[in-house]
Amino acid sequence: MNTQIKLSVSTLNINDCVDWVMSPEVGGIDVFIGTVRNITKGRSVLRLEFEAYEKMAVKEMEKIALQAFDKWPVQKILIHHRTGVLQVGEIPVIIAVSAAHRDAAFEACRYIIDTLKQTVPIWKKEFFEDGEVWVAAHP
Amino acid sequence: MKVNILAFGITKDIFGSSSVAIDLANDATISNLKYLLEQEYPKLKQLATYMVAANNEYALDGDTIHERDEIAIIPPVSGG
Repeated sequence: MNTQIKLSVSTLNINDCVDWVMSPEVGGIDVFIGTVRNITKGRSVLRLEFEAYEKMAVKEMEKIALQAFDKWPVQKILIHHRTGVLQVGEIPVIIAVSAAHRDAAFEACRYIIDTLKQTVPIWKKEFFEDGEVWVAAHP
Repeated sequence: MKVNILAFGITKDIFGSSSVAIDLANDATISNLKYLLEQEYPKLKQLATYMVAANNEYALDGDTIHERDEIAIIPPVSGG
């Protein structure tokens, strides 16, 4: 298999992700690591909580990987996403893409994270000192 | 027919539950379902947007709902 998609309740491991996309034919690996930021629009964020519609989220991530394979000559694609509560500095998402040449890896990696944010049914709740909000829910 | 509707994220808060059972006509469409839900839960209309999924795929307003379909409300996603 050249694709690995995973939703996980436990800490994501960057080295494991890079190792998985490594192979003798590749000349480069592109990795996107999302991290929990401590501020949103001037308000301090205490922590985040991620909820997923798991079956559909996996299916949508598989679609994105297939699209990326269609568009660019890449070797392997890995998408790992967290669910549950994450503290500031923790990692909600890792995308790793390997390819023979770097242009394909860069472009595919960018495409995967951008599309994931638009189509994959995963929701993020931000917790502030004075309240909590589901991100992007309201205009 | 009675169809079970799954809720996630903010729609879980709006429904007050992670699923609700809705009575639908046998040939009901996604847009019929949206109308009924918006009558019952007007806060749905305040969302930036929302989609409906049938059997783990995004559905179109004109799609027909079948009795054993797994239907879910998909409020604006915010993963990553």
